[in-house]
Amino acid sequence: MILIPCPHCGPRNSDEFVWAGERARRPDPAATTTTPAEWRAYLYERVNPAGWTTETWYHRFGCRRYLVVERHTVTNEIRRCAPSRPAGSPEDGRP
Amino acid sequence: MKGQRGNRVASRFRRPARYSALGLLRRGLTGADWPRSIRTHDLAASYDAVIVGAGVHGLATAHYLAANHGITNVAVLDKGYLGGGGSGRNTAIVRANYLTPEGVRFYDRSLQLYGSLAADLNFNVMFSRRGHLTLAHNDGALRTMRWRAEVNKLQGVDSEVVGPDEIERLAPCLDVSEHARYPILGALYHPPGGIVRHDAVNWAYARAADAAGVQIHQQTEVLGVDVTGGRVTGVTTSRGPVAAPVVVNCTAGWASLVSALAGVRLPIVTFPLQAAVTEPVKMFLHTVIVSGTLHIYVSQTDRGELVFGASVDPYPSYSMGGSLEFTEELAGHVLELAPSLARLRVLRQWAGLCDMTPDFSPIMGVTPVEGFYLDVGWGTYGFKAGPAAGEAMAELVATGKTPELIAAFDLARFPDGRLVGEKGAASVGH
Repeated sequence: MILIPCPHCGPRNSDEFVWAGERARRPDPAATTTTPAEWRAYLYERVNPAGWTTETWYHRFGCRRYLVVERHTVTNEIRRCAPSRPAGSPEDGRP
Repeated sequence: MKGQRGNRVASRFRRPARYSALGLLRRGLTGADWPRSIRTHDLAASYDAVIVGAGVHGLATAHYLAANHGITNVAVLDKGYLGGGGSGRNTAIVRANYLTPEGVRFYDRSLQLYGSLAADLNFNVMFSRRGHLTLAHNDGALRTMRWRAEVNKLQGVDSEVVGPDEIERLAPCLDVSEHARYPILGALYHPPGGIVRHDAVNWAYARAADAAGVQIHQQTEVLGVDVTGGRVTGVTTSRGPVAAPVVVNCTAGWASLVSALAGVRLPIVTFPLQAAVTEPVKMFLHTVIVSGTLHIYVSQTDRGELVFGASVDPYPSYSMGGSLEFTEELAGHVLELAPSLARLRVLRQWAGLCDMTPDFSPIMGVTPVEGFYLDVGWGTYGFKAGPAAGEAMAELVATGKTPELIAAFDLARFPDGRLVGEKGAASVGH
């Protein structure tokens, strides 16, 4: 069990949340230069690090909002949990 | 100093004695020591092939490289100990009743190899071919079982859908009444399935590979993979550099990290999967029981313990700690199936790492880096695949051609968009 410090609801058991995946930079949908290979790499390839990672969680049984969580995948320690912002904004947390 | 010690151990070593009843009797009477079955070596400067990961896949690959192709100048490196990862943490179930024709053919080959493994390697792997029941608790699951049975039969694999009466006959402890929360409507019965002692499989392959001249290096972590001009030239290890034209990534749990050392990105996310074992009781469960809906699989070992496995944890992690949530949920689901087990006590629980791919199929074959091969992405089905994967990977390394049996499981299926959706995998609810 890990506690996730939800910015809206406070610290809650991870059972309340749904892990939604590693955050990755999405290719620009409007750009005509993005190749199918780049789209498929975005769709499938993951860094899957053993260490700090930035991911999206959804607080299903709480505020029902998407959150940006920085978690250590070996110790499950969480050092940051913030509201998810639209892609491209300074706080969106994507690499 | 360290080197001298290694040499001394190596020089004392004789070819492993064949295990036999007569040998056991003789050594029992004389009290003579058994010779070491696995030698220790100094790390050489170069090998014809380096295999990363001394689990069932890495050791099987090394064994078949030596046995089928005569390639023995091979090093198997492991950062921990032999069979200490997924190969020693799985629930020891083998079966071939998958859903896709590619999957069924592949796992059936593995089951054939397991069938003769004890004789082939002169090592009792305790294969108990006791049959395998995958329960269906709703109409959708029953439809999938029928689908799997027909695909299996078409591939020559013995599987059939059976009803509650037959299930009760095979496993009287199950609650087949209509009043259960998840009533058992039917099951996919797969007689060739069973359980194998997983540690023995690791040891048997290690002993056979070692006897053929393969070097197994435990406590030897791969820290870097050297790539020059798109070709693998060797690896950097915690015990020094090693040159090799071929590097095979046979890791589970660390597959993404080892591949990243060679600059190969994988479509893998690593999840822990927890399992537990109870105190031993008199033999009463003679088949392997699986429920996709309840996310559990149960078998009774020859010692009498019940071994429980579950689906993967809800979020990825490299942590192998157990959680109370798991035990609680597992106990609830087990009692749902077999209320008579209420007084049984859990002895211990553990976790292993599962490299999950988007289509629940493994990744085997070549990569964009020449000489760097993959045998990864083994999710929840790595142990049962060990022999077939080792045989196929050895053929690939020796001949440079991808065997037909594993052609569908290449890394290029992701960029090419030809996924092998394996809904027969253990963690998938139907």
